[in-house]
Amino acid sequence: MVDKSLELFECGHRACGGCGPALAARLILKGAGADSIVVASTGCMEVFSTPYPETAWKVPWIHSLFENASAVASGIEAALKRQGRTEKVLCICGDGATFDIGMLCISGAFERGHDITYICYDNEAYMNTGVQRSGATPYDASTTTSPAGKASFGNKRPKKDMPQILAAHGAPYVATASVAYPNDLMQKVERAVETPGPCYLQIHAPCSTGWGFEGGKTMEIGKLAIQTGLWVNFEMVDGEVVKAKKVVRKPVNEYLMAQKRFRHLFKPARNEEEIAKIQAIADANAEKYGIDIELKK
Amino acid sequence: MMEIMEGSHAVAEAVKRCRPGVVSAYPITPQTHIVERLADFVADGEMESDYLTVDSEFSALSACVGASAAGSRVYSSTSSQGLILMAEVCFNASGMRLPIVMSIANRALGAPLSIWNDQQDSIAMRDSGWFQLYAEDVQELVDYHFLSYRVAEDHNILLPGFVCFDGFILSHTYEPVDIPDQETVDAYLPAFDPYQKLDANDPISMGMYATPDYYMEFRYELDRAMERAAGAIEDAGRAFGEHFGREYGSLAEAYRMDDADTALVAMGSICGTVKDAVDEMRDAGRKVGLLKLRSFRPFPKAEVARALDGVAAVAVLDKNISPGMAMKGAVGLEVRDALWKTGIDVYSYVIGLGGRDVRRKDIAAVADLAESGRGDMFYGLREELI
Repeated sequence: MVDKSLELFECGHRACGGCGPALAARLILKGAGADSIVVASTGCMEVFSTPYPETAWKVPWIHSLFENASAVASGIEAALKRQGRTEKVLCICGDGATFDIGMLCISGAFERGHDITYICYDNEAYMNTGVQRSGATPYDASTTTSPAGKASFGNKRPKKDMPQILAAHGAPYVATASVAYPNDLMQKVERAVETPGPCYLQIHAPCSTGWGFEGGKTMEIGKLAIQTGLWVNFEMVDGEVVKAKKVVRKPVNEYLMAQKRFRHLFKPARNEEEIAKIQAIADANAEKYGIDIELKK
Repeated sequence: MMEIMEGSHAVAEAVKRCRPGVVSAYPITPQTHIVERLADFVADGEMESDYLTVDSEFSALSACVGASAAGSRVYSSTSSQGLILMAEVCFNASGMRLPIVMSIANRALGAPLSIWNDQQDSIAMRDSGWFQLYAEDVQELVDYHFLSYRVAEDHNILLPGFVCFDGFILSHTYEPVDIPDQETVDAYLPAFDPYQKLDANDPISMGMYATPDYYMEFRYELDRAMERAAGAIEDAGRAFGEHFGREYGSLAEAYRMDDADTALVAMGSICGTVKDAVDEMRDAGRKVGLLKLRSFRPFPKAEVARALDGVAAVAVLDKNISPGMAMKGAVGLEVRDALWKTGIDVYSYVIGLGGRDVRRKDIAAVADLAESGRGDMFYGLREELI
């Protein structure tokens, strides 16, 4: 059972107000418990939570490099096993470290079958370096390296499907979650750490600074992503989707209009063609995961 | 007991006796025979280690970082491209003061691709904060592993280290070698006692980020540890003599240097050839000697200055090249620094790159060049190809 009163991620860190990843860290540790070792990648969370000589982490924590958290975790897991220790090993890494630069190490660690839980806090761009696009950036989002302009609608590619990639590695448990649904998130962390073998959790973690919304609206934005079908909370066991959060879907423009990264789709004029493409992404998600609630007529 | 054994297999025997809890490696020529033999040991239950067959050298050393931080003794081995792929992790491991020991089967770097020997790979990692020992023969190669763990894990040092040895020349040749028994090794190298570790009962944060207010002092402490490592290597080398009967009490070893006018300076297996060449030159009445460097990092500056005091010319054999550096070879530069203001001429000779053979007559020719005041050059080029 998750002990919700457990506070293993201290306040006083340097995150922006309304930081989705900071909330994710706090919730992850409630789900994982004190008998955990955390491996971090380079990124926002590492920087805002561990400015030497201060740390926000009340569990053992190590940061090595940007791209090697899963390999470091492999070594920790092997050492613990050799020493007869029982701590859970968690990676908590950003989407750049996960979708892009860390792919080699992640693939290796999952193929080898280490008993680790890899958690990606997904804020959909390289926020620590100033909002550059990553493989997790959604279609048409404007970032500093995929800026909207006279000849551009923002990021040209859809988000990489990491959960499927890791499920294809044979991961026994793969799930997505959102900071906007804390109970669901904590329970999924608990399930992941208690499942033997390499498990993957991808957490939608809205970034007020990078996405362009007021810090008080993090939960609202997170919920809108789910309610529009642009983010789906689901669980996969042994490669099969066993559960997905159902919603009465809202049109995607409600989510898009709330964030400056999609502002170019509405100003100076509403870009119906591009909004329709994003709606199609949500529709495809809804069909793939069966999330639509059929309303009684 | 003396046995005839391939260099790589001798390394594996040594590593087994060091009892690493975690071995993590990726195959690369000419290192492969080491990791294959270690895999055999684990498969046969002769070695109680977790053996991680990882996806790359980068992951190999990253896993070592994790396992070492979690409190286990760890081992890896690589060569050439593999070491350069590890470069980022190398700097990281020393910055976190993790006492990892890694064998480096020295091999040239591409392009062009070459599987053959020189020392460019480990020399390129000069500033990575790992101590670097260079073995002349298989016996030294075996012994340096025990010695390196003892130095690395010393709580007054806490640095990772390379045991460097020339690829193929040592890794694939059979030599008589004494593989010490486990009890003797255990007496010399006690079980790993981590200075600190990741432990849920006593949480710490490792690898935090440092602002300009804190960063420099970390690098200063790393440099100080490397300076202290010189003494620690000597102490461990003397203690080695007490336990094993072979002493390595100095970072540089003089061979027929008494009354020498010309000194050759070298590292690694080439020293065997140089000794034969020195003997021949001595027989011919020339006052030539060898100073063999065991350690490149820390560089034994005072020892080198002492050993070379009074010679007229110094010829440094560099199995590496720093393109654009006037002196050419990295070891030469260190020796020239050690002899700064002494008036002794120091020359570097880039030699034996990419596995080109170095013969006794080449050593004599280099001595001739140094005595005639010509150096800081490649030696042994095929002029018809240029």
